[in-house]
Amino acid sequence: MALPRDILASRVTAALRTTRRTVVRRVTVAWAAVRRAWRLSLQLRIVTITLAISAALVGTFGFLVAKGITDNLLQARRDKALEQVEVGAGLATRQLGVVTQSSDPDLQTVRFAEVLSLLASRPEQIGSDVVVAIVRRGDPETAIKSWPDNAAVAAAAQTAITPALRDTVNQGWVAHQHRTVDLDGRPETYLVYGTPVPTNWGNVELYYLFPLASEVKAAEQVTRTVIVTGAALVILLALIAALVTRLVVRPVRLAARTAQRLSAGLLDQRMVVRGEDDLAQLGEAFNQMAGNLQRQIQRLEEMSRLQRRFTSDVSHELRTPLTTVRMAADLIFSERDSFDPAVARSAELLQLELDRFESLLTDLLEISRFDAGFAVLDAEPNDLVGIVRRVADRLSSVAERACCPVELQLPAAPVIAEVDARRVERVLRNLVGNAVEHGEGKPIRVTLAADGGAAAVTVRDHGIGFNTGEEKLVFNRFWRADPSRARQTGGTGLGLSISLEDARLHGGWLEAWGAPGQGAQFRLTLPLRAGDRLVSSPLRLVPDDAHLGVRPAQPATIEVQVLAPTGSEAGDA
Amino acid sequence: MRARVLVVDDDPALAEMLGIVLRSEGFLPSFVADGERALAAFREARPDIVLLDLMLPGMSGIDVCRAIRAESGVPIVMLTAKSDTVDVVLGLESGADDYVVKPFKPKELVARMRARLRRGEDVTPEMLTIGPPGNQITIDVPAHTVSRNSDEVRLTPLEFDLLVALARKPRQVFTREVLLEQVWGYRHAADTRLVNVHVQRLRAKIEPDPERPEIILTVRGVGYKAGTG
Repeated sequence: MALPRDILASRVTAALRTTRRTVVRRVTVAWAAVRRAWRLSLQLRIVTITLAISAALVGTFGFLVAKGITDNLLQARRDKALEQVEVGAGLATRQLGVVTQSSDPDLQTVRFAEVLSLLASRPEQIGSDVVVAIVRRGDPETAIKSWPDNAAVAAAAQTAITPALRDTVNQGWVAHQHRTVDLDGRPETYLVYGTPVPTNWGNVELYYLFPLASEVKAAEQVTRTVIVTGAALVILLALIAALVTRLVVRPVRLAARTAQRLSAGLLDQRMVVRGEDDLAQLGEAFNQMAGNLQRQIQRLEEMSRLQRRFTSDVSHELRTPLTTVRMAADLIFSERDSFDPAVARSAELLQLELDRFESLLTDLLEISRFDAGFAVLDAEPNDLVGIVRRVADRLSSVAERACCPVELQLPAAPVIAEVDARRVERVLRNLVGNAVEHGEGKPIRVTLAADGGAAAVTVRDHGIGFNTGEEKLVFNRFWRADPSRARQTGGTGLGLSISLEDARLHGGWLEAWGAPGQGAQFRLTLPLRAGDRLVSSPLRLVPDDAHLGVRPAQPATIEVQVLAPTGSEAGDA
Repeated sequence: MRARVLVVDDDPALAEMLGIVLRSEGFLPSFVADGERALAAFREARPDIVLLDLMLPGMSGIDVCRAIRAESGVPIVMLTAKSDTVDVVLGLESGADDYVVKPFKPKELVARMRARLRRGEDVTPEMLTIGPPGNQITIDVPAHTVSRNSDEVRLTPLEFDLLVALARKPRQVFTREVLLEQVWGYRHAADTRLVNVHVQRLRAKIEPDPERPEIILTVRGVGYKAGTG
């Protein structure tokens, strides 16, 4: 296969680049995992830090101890060596001192051999590996005479006795140095001592080479022991740190887990408390807190249950007699033609006021249900277009009576939203009813629009409107724009409050805009999917035909927080 | 023929007033004031329709409803002071056909009762079949019988009416409001939970797997329709 070289090269480069990218990615991933573990685990942090600090400390101490022991060993050896060197130097001086002539090299050689054998026969020398060497000043290294007299030792001695040492000894000093030399193919460390031996025919140098094998061995032994002990100590410390942090971290983790379970609603979760130490105290305090919480919540739940029961009982107790009264009133009402005018009118009033009483009772019970937190959203997909049409149809007779034509601006396609149809219908009924009541016979426009996440309905009237700053007040219970104004259609004064609660239950918004003489607009915005959070509305709150030139009407909106639609919520009743 | 009505209510004033209204509307009412004796009174009176208060001393209205439903398909209209979802749904699930929330208008109650009693007027011989092949439901309309794989399924008259309404126009989607009008006789749309609960009850009786219905299908956002082959 003959590929052009540059193609091959580019392929190789590409492959390398891919590999490098893979490696980089793997490293990045691993690094991220390590960082995550580091951030999340207190235990890992403590163990790592303990490991690092103890390793540094033990390392330092170990180094100092090993150095101290080695130094001591060497010092002892040096002391002993110096003693031997001094004795040897004394002997050599006496032996060589008797020779006055230096001209005869043979004599020198003989004397040197004699001195060497004399020194070698000393009791401390017998059986040891100490090398003795003698050399005359000015002679080259080859002239070194050494004992034991063999080539390997001679070579070793020649290497061990360096010119620098020789210079120092020549100047009349006793000097020493450490040298590692090759002896018969294996390294041997020597403590080399040199001393000058004064003779009549000039300075002779005497050298002792003390093998340090045992000392080196001892030092190595010490180092090894220190390293092993140190490493063991560090590992042990890390283990202890892990164990101790585990002792502390475990109850903390347990507490965190228990707290999570508690907050998830498992109120009978408690920590196991052992002993009387700080952790046991933590556990006890935690359990006490959980117990108090549980008691409080149960108390609130009980109160809420009682409240609900009371609401239900009041409802039943009031409604049954009301039903009887209602039926009796109906009977009387249907017979009113046969009564005299005053009684007939009374029957009419009784009938009308019963209607009002009934709707007031219904609204009051509805509000109390919201207050008790027992309103449940029964959301399912519904077509908002249909709901709006239905509301408009149902209110058409009322609207006609008030001469307020209701115009609908609806999209052609159905707008399907997950809503509680009963509640949305009630909200729209309230809004349109309100518009009819305050519309002063001018047209009312109901607009529906939807976007990707929300649907909105606006109800616009051109009635008297309300003052700036009253946008929030309209939702207050029993609030009236003008207390002196006679009520015409007899609303309960709770309609908008209930509507606001209904919108809130959907996670939606109900807002109002109004200007004196320009009428009002209410906007209901609902999420298309139940539980979604609203961010914007498809319709504007301020109507396009509002005269903003006079005074910029700043719409004060009531932003309704999205509430989790839970049925048994007790806390915020 | 005057329809017999059994009124199960513990409030004497309301019972008496109901009596006055019902008699004036041409019914034959009989009364029982507590739940314990309700079943005995039911067997004795053999009423055409039952008005049942949910809150009763002794046996609760829900239990009375279940007991009556266990032995008869007679129409039951609940009188309830509670319009809470839970109470209403519980009542409907225990077998009530319809409910009226106190305080109700007498005309409204009578209209509800007449709607429940207006039955068997159309006796055209008619056999209907719905459901996917192998799982078909056969309805004999004049005989008021429903069978699945030649086994008879016992339905209450209301469930039967609901099924027939859906089966007569397969493929057509019925909104809950339309069903309320056709089956329950509501002129104006009322509580659509009535439809939901009764569709559930019906499914429990005729579907092989009520969790995955094949005979009565839900059309999201619109309503229900009969499943066909």
